[in-house]
Amino acid sequence: MFRIVHTRQISDAVFEMGVEAPRIARKAKAGQFLMVRVAEGGERIPLTFSDWSAEEDWIRFIYMRVGKTTHQLSHLSVGDELADVVGPLGTPTHVEGVGRVAVIGGGVGAAVAYPVARAMSAAGARVTVILGARNAELLVLEDELRALPGVTVNVVTDDGSAGEKGLVTAPLKRLCEAGALDHAFAVGPAIMMKFCAATTAEFGVPTTVSLNPIMVDGTGMCGACRVTIGDQIRFGCVDGPDFDGHLVNWEELMSRQRVYVDDERVADADYQRECSCHK
Amino acid sequence: MSQVDESGLSGQTPAEKPRHKPSRAPRTPMPERAAAVRRSDFEEVAFGYSAEQAQAEANRCLQCKNPTCEQGCPVNIRIKDFIAAIIDGEWTDGVEILKERNALPAVCGRVCPQEEQCEASCVLAKKGEPVAIGRLERFLGDHDLTCDLEHRCTPQIAEPSGKRCAVVGSGPAGLACAGELARLGHSVTVMESLHAPGGVLSYGIPEFRLPKAIVAAEIEMLEVMGVTIECDQVIGRIATVEDLMTEEGYDAVFIGSGAGLPVFLGIPGENLNGVYSANEFLTRVNLMRAYEFPTSDTPVWRGRKVAVVGGGNVAMDAARTALRLGAEEVFLAYRRTAEEMPARKEEVHHAIEEGVEFKMLCSPVEIRGRDGWVTGLVANRMELGEPDESGRRAPVCVMDADFEIECDTVISAVGTRANPLLHDAAPDLELNRRGYIVTDENGATNLPGVFAGGDIVTGAATVILAMGAGKKAAAGMHRWLTDA
Ligand SMILES: Cc1cc2nc3c(=O)[nH]c(=O)nc-3n(C[C@H](O)[C@H](O)[C@H](O)COP(=O)(O)OP(=O)(O)OC[C@H]3O[C@@H](n4cnc5c(N)ncnc54)[C@H](O)[C@@H]3O)c2cc1C
Ligand SMILES: Cc1cc2nc3c(=O)[nH]c(=O)nc-3n(C[C@H](O)[C@H](O)[C@H](O)COP(=O)(O)OP(=O)(O)OC[C@H]3O[C@@H](n4cnc5c(N)ncnc54)[C@H](O)[C@@H]3O)c2cc1C
Ligand code: SF4
Ligand code: SF4
Ligand code: FES
Repeated sequence: MFRIVHTRQISDAVFEMGVEAPRIARKAKAGQFLMVRVAEGGERIPLTFSDWSAEEDWIRFIYMRVGKTTHQLSHLSVGDELADVVGPLGTPTHVEGVGRVAVIGGGVGAAVAYPVARAMSAAGARVTVILGARNAELLVLEDELRALPGVTVNVVTDDGSAGEKGLVTAPLKRLCEAGALDHAFAVGPAIMMKFCAATTAEFGVPTTVSLNPIMVDGTGMCGACRVTIGDQIRFGCVDGPDFDGHLVNWEELMSRQRVYVDDERVADADYQRECSCHK
Repeated sequence: MSQVDESGLSGQTPAEKPRHKPSRAPRTPMPERAAAVRRSDFEEVAFGYSAEQAQAEANRCLQCKNPTCEQGCPVNIRIKDFIAAIIDGEWTDGVEILKERNALPAVCGRVCPQEEQCEASCVLAKKGEPVAIGRLERFLGDHDLTCDLEHRCTPQIAEPSGKRCAVVGSGPAGLACAGELARLGHSVTVMESLHAPGGVLSYGIPEFRLPKAIVAAEIEMLEVMGVTIECDQVIGRIATVEDLMTEEGYDAVFIGSGAGLPVFLGIPGENLNGVYSANEFLTRVNLMRAYEFPTSDTPVWRGRKVAVVGGGNVAMDAARTALRLGAEEVFLAYRRTAEEMPARKEEVHHAIEEGVEFKMLCSPVEIRGRDGWVTGLVANRMELGEPDESGRRAPVCVMDADFEIECDTVISAVGTRANPLLHDAAPDLELNRRGYIVTDENGATNLPGVFAGGDIVTGAATVILAMGAGKKAAAGMHRWLTDA
């Protein structure tokens, strides 16, 4: 069992949680993720490290409340326990020698963008963060990102309620046009990553994306997470989650992410009903 | 076992036991649930022998002077003697004999390919009706599991040696190794990457063939013997093998990580929604209990028409699982003929009884789809040609893309490989061309103090071979630990 040592509500649907996990905390690296199972009978869901401390024995992740498991998480508090936390999984993000880099975080993708931006700037990169969300309410980790030394932050919202109005691809395109980019790293909804990759492709700027296919074990034994990169099938959980954004088959990824939408609606509706009975 | 019961039978050598009159009755049938009933739930198919049935079957054994059956068992169980114990009604003696060589009799009695192993070598096999050794083994294994923990047959544990061993992976190889090391007095910690121990016994082989309660009870026994099992530990990520030996202070490490990486067919359409590897399909259903969804949280796509590709145990399990999830039709597409199928005969028979439709001599070339979802499987018509290096007649194509099986789900059960995480766990470990670990006859790898066994050494094989390898490596580790 893994004891919860920290919880924080970041916005209406976005939360942060910290759990005690000394062994994992010693090995975590930017871009890696965890598989979390709340309780017996629960689903295993992947969540990316947002932060960790080897000295204080904890790891943290930020999650958006979208379905049953993330709802359950949001109902837990400090002192409660999670049945399983497995990690660190996946290949760490490559941060060495990237020079001038744009780190694009869309929605809850900011949770992944944060440790990546931090690691890249620590490795000597000049980092511009482009933080996007539908509206000001849904922006996460802006203050934390601004507090990173040497990191510039551009905020973009769909409705203009904070920062620039529009999509993350607008400032990204400007950076490309100015010839001010050696590399881009994008994480967020698949559609956003797809358009980021399309934007940088025009300018030949190498682009890494952190993919989020559906996973079961997260250790390479089921193939649920397979994605097509160029003409090869790769496993998101062991070969990724980072891949060359210019080679990803986006239509396939987005289609595969939708396999269980109906089932998940059933599970979540059941759970909501149960919750309201107990209130 | 030395005492003689009223019938005058005993488990002694044949010379002292002239009065055992083998019965000439036909093989005692296994009581089973009717196919029509069992194909819609996940409860176990076979009930197991009653004591009377077990004794009736045991009585068929000739108690041969030269029990050839024992040579057919990869771990050389003293088959003749445990059968004699059943004849005598001495269940506990029988369990003890089994456990000398096999820590998981209730499992092996259910899943061993007996018709190729012990039963194939029974003298009665020549006439087509060998003694049902597997069913008798299951009978004793189950008997042991129904006893309270303190009355169950536990091996004598040697004095603590003061040595610490780490076992990576909790499949049959790791469990057998851990049990043996504990018996020899070493402190043992098993590290498993999933949230439940058992390896394929937990995530692969379905409930209706191997109830998870049996696996759990066998594992509980190991814990009683002092083995610590830590789940959620992915070796290669959370620690390397070297970390275990240095930072964490283990004196020896056993790697039994299995051959878990699914192989796909490599044909167009394989990433359509509705295409599963058998590993994913079975893991969702067994380990994550998707058949109880939405009571359990993990969903599985329940196809109406399901095509399973392959002819081994994994394919049979996937096909029969699909039926139980409510599929109207389940097809099994295999490149050769039923003769060549590597699956246990009993499972093939069960699958046919339950209504799985076999499409033989058919080799898939494309998965067709619409709007991202599977609509059919296109296959070549094959014919059996000359024998290949495996000695089996190789399938050759006689008609390109000859037919299409209409279906909404395709499950590929065409094999597995070594998981690449292994390389991260121990970069200097010597692997063969196919990525499996190279060991000597004691299970030792090229790294001092690091041993390995099971599917990760041989490639996908059987439960009993994995257990045998785990046990052999434990003996090698013991020598290494005590000589050093
Ligand atoms: C490598 C990786 C890292 C991720 N990191 C984060 C993160 O840091 N923060 C965060 O909020 N989310 C992250 N996600 C997405 C997160 O895993 C899903 O939001 C979560 O599984 C939803 O579970 P649920 O039961 O609440 O919702 P559900 O109702 O089960 O699902 C909602 C949506 O989430 C996706 N999803 C469901 N199950 C899985 C699964 N097992 N694996 C992947 N996606 C799934 C589906 O596309 C589904 O439409 C990550 C995903 C991956 C693959
Ligand atoms: C569906 C199916 C049906 C089968 N039916 C039969 C049958 O009827 N009869 C029969 O004899 N055989 C059968 N087999 C084959 C048999 O199950 C295997 O040969 C046997 O389980 C191999 O044992 P193992 O211990 O080597 O590996 P596994 O059982 O694969 O166990 C390996 C364990 O190691 C864990 N692991 C892997 N990597 C790591 C890591 N890096 N860190 C920590 N842990 C790790 C895995 O999660 C797993 O739990 C079947 C196999 C399958 C898949
Ligand atoms: S372990 Fe398997 S092969 Fe050996 S006797 Fe038992 S059933 Fe037969
Ligand atoms: S070979 Fe057959 S008949 Fe002979 S001892 Fe073995 S099981 Fe009995
Ligand atoms: S999630 Fe199972 S292989 Fe990646």
